[in-house]
Amino acid sequence: MKLFEYMGKELFVNYGIPVPAGGVAATPEEAVALANEVGSVVVKSQILSGKRGKSGGIGFTDSPAEAGALAARMLGSELNGFIVEKVLVEKKLQIDRELYLALTIDGAARKPVVLASAQGGMDIEEVPEEHIIKKTLDVTIGLQPFVTREVTRRLGLSGAVAKQVADIMLKMYRMFVERDAELVEINPLVLSGEQVIAADAKVTIDDDALFRQRGLPVVEERTAAEKKAHDLGLSYVELDGDIAVMANGAGVTMATLDLIEYYGGQAANFLDAGGGAGVEQTAKALELLLAKKPKAILINIFGGITRCDDVANAFAYVKQSKVIPVPVVIRLVGTNEEKGRAILRENGIEAYQLMHEAAAKAVEIAREN
Amino acid sequence: MAIYLFADTQVLVQGITGNQGSFHVRQMVKYGTKVVAGVSPGKGGQDLDGIPVYDTVAAAAERHRLDASILFIPAPFAKDAAFEAIDSGVKVLIMLPEHIPVQDAMAVVAFAKSRGTVIVGPNTFGVISSGKCKIGIMPNQFFVPGRVGVVSRSGTLCYEIVGNLTAAGFGTSTVVGLGGDRVVGLNFTDVLAEMEQDPETEAIVMVGEIGGSAEEEAALFIKEHMTKPVIAYLAGKSAPPGKRMGHAGAIIERGKGTFAGKIKALNSAGVPVAELPFQVPELVAKALGK
Repeated sequence: MKLFEYMGKELFVNYGIPVPAGGVAATPEEAVALANEVGSVVVKSQILSGKRGKSGGIGFTDSPAEAGALAARMLGSELNGFIVEKVLVEKKLQIDRELYLALTIDGAARKPVVLASAQGGMDIEEVPEEHIIKKTLDVTIGLQPFVTREVTRRLGLSGAVAKQVADIMLKMYRMFVERDAELVEINPLVLSGEQVIAADAKVTIDDDALFRQRGLPVVEERTAAEKKAHDLGLSYVELDGDIAVMANGAGVTMATLDLIEYYGGQAANFLDAGGGAGVEQTAKALELLLAKKPKAILINIFGGITRCDDVANAFAYVKQSKVIPVPVVIRLVGTNEEKGRAILRENGIEAYQLMHEAAAKAVEIAREN
Repeated sequence: MAIYLFADTQVLVQGITGNQGSFHVRQMVKYGTKVVAGVSPGKGGQDLDGIPVYDTVAAAAERHRLDASILFIPAPFAKDAAFEAIDSGVKVLIMLPEHIPVQDAMAVVAFAKSRGTVIVGPNTFGVISSGKCKIGIMPNQFFVPGRVGVVSRSGTLCYEIVGNLTAAGFGTSTVVGLGGDRVVGLNFTDVLAEMEQDPETEAIVMVGEIGGSAEEEAALFIKEHMTKPVIAYLAGKSAPPGKRMGHAGAIIERGKGTFAGKIKALNSAGVPVAELPFQVPELVAKALGK
């Protein structure tokens, strides 16, 4: 779960990481009031995406009235595909230097990693590898001060500034662990005179740990259909094509989408009904696909734990309770295959045995429809 | 020989009395796996088809030699159960559950390393040494003994490919499910190194997907260390960036983990990559000169 910048900064405040004075506004009036308190400000659109500056999502001003005007222009507008619902109004910083600092997970090392760079303010992907300092951490000892000293040395920092940056790193790590974060990123970390301030906050919380992170705000990134699928325990991603897909297992589902593309079609969604979905879950998944109004539906089941007769029964159940207005192509092999095929045959469907043949057929039907 | 699991491997099942646990234990026993004990806190003294159930792993370890364990435990409790198994000295721990917090996975991997335990998963279907020992949830019928080692990040796609191999007359030596999460105990490289040494394995099929860098690291390893042929299939060519495709680890983030990057790495290591899943057996046959 990605947090908005202002939420990330609220967490920073809780952990004692310095952020610019200011606050979040949902109306131009609130923005004016904040600018009146703070003085010279930056107004920042709150969306779950970077590159806001390049798309006009960030503005600077010395006048509270103009801060209101900036907020009025940003609020409700669409930016990088997101609707801006809030703006952050903050004191404009005097910038002497910009650093990059982050904690994230290094999957290859299976450890948390500190990333730091003296080239802050730009996307970290654009910073050459040799200018990025990487320190993987042993979780049994966590982030120790000696690591922060080495990182600040390599950043070329000294004295009070080095101490502050080291202190911020330790606080970031505490937050990273206590909040089950996957990413805590400050870009830029601004050196302003003798002060070190987090000018931005990018925080992502591990979805799988939300059960024990109840104090956090809820940010919904999913579309309505994706949310519905999630509540059903299905893994679902909306895509742009016209062939609705259901398969079992993430790998087979991805491979099914690839096959559709291979034969020149486009999938409408990714839907992994799970490795062991029963009748009820499969039926609900099917209903979700119908709601997308696709030109064809492709069901690809390699039954291991999933039983082919369960899938066939789910299809029969949905077909009895509602009209299925589009052609359905089913590939069915594995556990209880013959039973499943017999049930489908009774419902007028001859199941395929090979997944690429089924995918090719679905593409052909979608093209004709 | 085989790798990780052998004909005489004695297996513990943590969470044996649950629905999922008891179903799969019976399947494992049917396959020939020596399941010697189960653990379910509060259910000590019961049994499942004659397999004794204990309250704690320590209690089971007093009575049995425990070589490997598998978790059928809800994700929030999986870390504690994993620590318990590692602490009791099992050599291989299969972490089946999906949705284990990534910080828990890192903690388990670190503790396991200090004790010399091999961690498989989380979010894995398990490991099987065909004809000898199965610890996991893969369907029994597709796993017949043979000379092809398979290592995969995903379950059903692996069954699909093993099914194709079996139909083409290629049995399997050991099949390892790495797991679909971002942090997993074993990566391709670890398993490739074992399979290179395993006299029963003549060729290796790796089934990868978008996200992370495990395939790229494997490519480097293959270039430097592998003499046996490796064939690959990768899923996720059509996946859009920034979207998690079912697996926590299957996501293209910040331009990293792309399909094209992985193909390029594998090709430069001389690994043939099948464009479609059913082409894998042909490539295996070609590599083995059959």
